[in-house]
Amino acid sequence: MAGFNKVVHSYEDAMAGLQDGMTVIAGGFGLCGIPEGLIAQIKKMKTKDLTVVSNNCGVDGFGLGILLEDRQIKKMVASYVGENALFEKQLLSGELEVELTPQGTLAEKMRAGGAGIPAFFTATGYGTPVAEGKETREINGRNYVLEPAITGDFAIVRAWKADRYGNLMFRHTSMNFNPMAATAGKITVAEVEEIVEPGELEPSQIHTPGIYVQRVIKGSFEKRIERRMVRQG
Amino acid sequence: MALSREQVAMRVAQELQDGYYVNLGIGIPTLVANYVPAGIEVMLQSENGLLGMGPYPTEAELDADMINAGKETVTAIKGAAIFSSAESFAMIRGGHVDLTVLGAFEVDQNGNIASWMIPGKLVKGMGGAMDLVAGAMNIVVTMTHADKYGNSKLLQSCTLPLTGVGCVKKIVTDLAVLEVRNGAFHLLERAPGITVEEIQQKTAGKLVVDGEIPEMQFN
Repeated sequence: MAGFNKVVHSYEDAMAGLQDGMTVIAGGFGLCGIPEGLIAQIKKMKTKDLTVVSNNCGVDGFGLGILLEDRQIKKMVASYVGENALFEKQLLSGELEVELTPQGTLAEKMRAGGAGIPAFFTATGYGTPVAEGKETREINGRNYVLEPAITGDFAIVRAWKADRYGNLMFRHTSMNFNPMAATAGKITVAEVEEIVEPGELEPSQIHTPGIYVQRVIKGSFEKRIERRMVRQG
Repeated sequence: MALSREQVAMRVAQELQDGYYVNLGIGIPTLVANYVPAGIEVMLQSENGLLGMGPYPTEAELDADMINAGKETVTAIKGAAIFSSAESFAMIRGGHVDLTVLGAFEVDQNGNIASWMIPGKLVKGMGGAMDLVAGAMNIVVTMTHADKYGNSKLLQSCTLPLTGVGCVKKIVTDLAVLEVRNGAFHLLERAPGITVEEIQQKTAGKLVVDGEIPEMQFN
């Protein structure tokens, strides 16, 4: 029974085993659905030379952006990194390497990584700089690029509700990359808003089955909004 | 007179058909949602994982977990679905999205598009644009016909790194509506008061002008 109790009670335990040079896959889209406390813990651990795979790299002073402050990221794999002045500075000075990856290809790389598919063909990026150096193939009259899958030493995700078995549900569009990221980590850590008793999550409504998740921690979240837009009510 | 951004959006909105699933890019394409013709229903797809995007929220509805692909707070309409990024791009790659509208730096007469990278300037990334242009059944590009120095953005061959090859079907600029086929731009409509000569002069790629070219109609 204890083998299935994945709940940990400290951020130290949640990120135990993270070492210099590892690859960390992080869920989230912009600042939406990011595991804020796990990112803060990586900053606290001062782990260096990380390869971070995530759609974006946060903003200055929040989200994954805080890992740039002490130069903990060696390489960033992302689809869009335009929200971050420190990122720009480290990229131009050559301190930081970036591998820009189309958003759908990035999601599929994580999905494939978690599903044991080593690579896949996609039309995305054919004839563009993204395809340079990659195998291409014509299939049924259309050209495709071979894209390798991604796996991580760690995956860090944010979920809404979890149980101690590691079953996860996500809230609204904070789901984004989190379900794929969760499948692609050797150690997947879920930082969640609420931990409920087993059976409270309707089995057919679970987004990420607990088999993908090694650790669960209850977090508290600032949920900063990147572009606050409202209409008159 | 060259069209305003809103007028470009109004003209693009005339391309919408009842029952379309549509992905709108950032900038002018976003404005298209304001001009959906009366009596038709379209469903907006946002590639971060939302099908059935609604308007911006009121103060009371504001929710940090509810954003669009531009990272703006947004609402979901009744009947919306929310899903993962992989599911979202499965819809896009699988050709299930009927129409994609996006901006560009350049397009060429073979339907190639360059929209994400200017060498020598900082590259922020392509986001979902490469997936969208490779996957959508129908792609409309919105842009100004020429840059601020008067250089054409409708070229024989794109000079900037590409976003996708052979994918652009239609272009709505501030001066004209054009179709891309058989290695040429075909002039379909001109903006009110804009002459065919001016469009010819500002189109560097091969331009086919077949017969009398009507002015765009706005209701």
